[in-house]
Amino acid sequence: MTHPTSHSPSLWQRHQIFEKNSIILVIGILIAISIGGLVEVLPLFYLKSTIEQVDGIRPLTPLELTGRNIYVREGCYNCHSQMIRPLRDEVERYGHYSLAAESMYDHPFQWGSKRTGPDLARVGGKYSDDWHRDHLRNPRSVVPASIMPGYPWLEQNLVDMSHIGDNMAVLAVEGVPYTAEMIKSAVSDAKTQGSADDAATAAFTKRYPKAISRDLGGNVGRLTEADALIAYLQLLGTQVDFKLYDDKANIR
Amino acid sequence: MQDSHAKKTDDKSGYGTTGHEWDGIQELNTPLPRWWLWTWYACIVWAFAYWIAYPAIPLVSSFTKGVLGWSSREAVVADVKGLQTLRGPMTAKIEAASLADIEKTPELLSFARAQGAAAFAVNCSPCHGAGAQGSKGYPNLNDDDWLWGGSLEAIHTTLQHGIRWDADKDTRSSMMPAFGKDGTLKPNEISATADYVRSLSGLPTEKGSDLALGQSVFAANCAACHGDSGEGNQEVGAPKLNDKVWLYGPDKALIMERITLGGGGVMPAWSTRLDAPTIKSLAVYVHTLGGGQ
Repeated sequence: MTHPTSHSPSLWQRHQIFEKNSIILVIGILIAISIGGLVEVLPLFYLKSTIEQVDGIRPLTPLELTGRNIYVREGCYNCHSQMIRPLRDEVERYGHYSLAAESMYDHPFQWGSKRTGPDLARVGGKYSDDWHRDHLRNPRSVVPASIMPGYPWLEQNLVDMSHIGDNMAVLAVEGVPYTAEMIKSAVSDAKTQGSADDAATAAFTKRYPKAISRDLGGNVGRLTEADALIAYLQLLGTQVDFKLYDDKANIR
Repeated sequence: MQDSHAKKTDDKSGYGTTGHEWDGIQELNTPLPRWWLWTWYACIVWAFAYWIAYPAIPLVSSFTKGVLGWSSREAVVADVKGLQTLRGPMTAKIEAASLADIEKTPELLSFARAQGAAAFAVNCSPCHGAGAQGSKGYPNLNDDDWLWGGSLEAIHTTLQHGIRWDADKDTRSSMMPAFGKDGTLKPNEISATADYVRSLSGLPTEKGSDLALGQSVFAANCAACHGDSGEGNQEVGAPKLNDKVWLYGPDKALIMERITLGGGGVMPAWSTRLDAPTIKSLAVYVHTLGGGQ
C-alpha cells in the first residue's frame, strides 16, 4: 500500500480524531449502536402488520400482579421461559405458539431466554392449585427427578399488599389500562379473589373478566405469597381462546 | 506515539509496517489469513442473499417479504398439518373405533399406547409420576385400586372432564367435609376414628384407643361415602379404606389430617387442552398399565 501525498490527509489520519478524543469516540459508539436498535426495534412500534389485537387479553388482577412480582423477585425467568416459539415440536408439547398480545401488559415481559425448566407460557390450568403448592414447597415431592429449588417460604409469608395500588398506577402510566377505580379497589380486589362466595365477586369479575376466585382465606387476611404466585401461574396462557383464533387469517 | 509515515518492510517476517512507532517499537502490518478473509467476504455476500430471500427490511407501512415468501407462522401451520397428515390414517381409525375395540386390535393398541405414553409424559407425569406410580395425594395408576373407576369408559370420562375441576360443568365432584376444621368432630373423636380406620385394614392401633367410639363416629359420618366396612365408593370418588393402598399415607397423623381438613384432589379437565383422539389414546394407555378393570 502506498502512502498518499501530503496535501490530502489519509482516512487513517482522519480516524485519529476518534482515537485521540474519548468523548468523540463515545458519541461515535452511541451513534453506531443506536442505528442497530432503531432499525430493528423502532419499526415494530409503527408497522401495522406486527401489531396484533387479540380478544380476551385483560390486565392482571392485583393478586395476579402480586404473584407476577414474586415470580420476578424469585428469578423464575432465569430457568423458565414464557414464549412458545412457532416451531412444530414446541406447539406439540406446549400448545399454540405465543402471541405478542399475550404479553402486551407485561412490563417487563417474562419471555426469558433459557429453559432449564419447561416453558410456562401455557402452564395455566395444566395442574391443580394443590400440585403447585406441593411443587413450590418441594419440587421433588411430586417430580423426583426435578432439579428446581424449593420455595417453602412462599406459603409462610403473607402477601404484602401495601404497594400494589402504586404498582398499578405506575403500570397505568406505561399504558396498561388500569382505571382509577381498579387502582382504588386493588387491595379489596385481591382479597376478593382469594376468597369464595364473596359478595364483592360480581364487581370484581366485572373489572377483570373471567378472573377465577378461590377460597384461600383472603377475607381473613391469610393470603400468602404462594397463593398470589399460583393465581398468576394459573392465568398464564389461558386468556386467548384458540378455538376462536384464526391461524390462517393471522399469518403475517 | 510518533507517526512517521515511514513504512518499511520488516526483514524477519517480510511484511510491511503500519508506520506507527512507539519508543522505537514499530507495528507490524501482518495481513489476515486468506482463508479467513474469504470466509468473511462470503458471509457478507450470504447476508445480502438472506436479505433478499427472507423478510428483512422494515419500510414505511410494511416490510420486505423476501422472494421466498417465507413466514414463521405459515411454516409452523404447514409443519403441524404435515404431522397431522402423517398420523391422519391412524388418528381416523382411533377416532372411529370404540375404546374396547382399540384395545382388542393390535395395530390400534400399539399406536394408542405410543401416543398415550408421549402425552402422559408431557401432561400427566408431573402429578402421577413418570411411571404412573403416583405420590402423596396423587394416585398410583398401575394398581387396581381406583377412586373414580378403572374401566376404560371411567378413565376416559375422568380424563375428559377432570376431578373437582370447576371450569368443566361435567367434572367429577364430591367433597369430603372438613370434620375437624369446621368443628363437627372433637379431637378425641378424630383420633379414635383414625385408629378405627387403621384397624379396617389390619394395621396396629394405638394403645388405649377407643375403637368403639371410632366405630360409631365412622358409622355416623364416614360410612355414607366410604361404605360400612370402608369398602369405598367409586360413584363419589370415596377411597377404599380397608386395603393397604393409601392415597395420603397410612400414618395415624396423616389420617387425622385428612379427617380434619377434608377436601380432595383436583385433576384438570383435558378436553380443553388435548384433542379427542389423544384423550382416547391416553385412556387406553392408562387402562393397559396394569390396573385396568
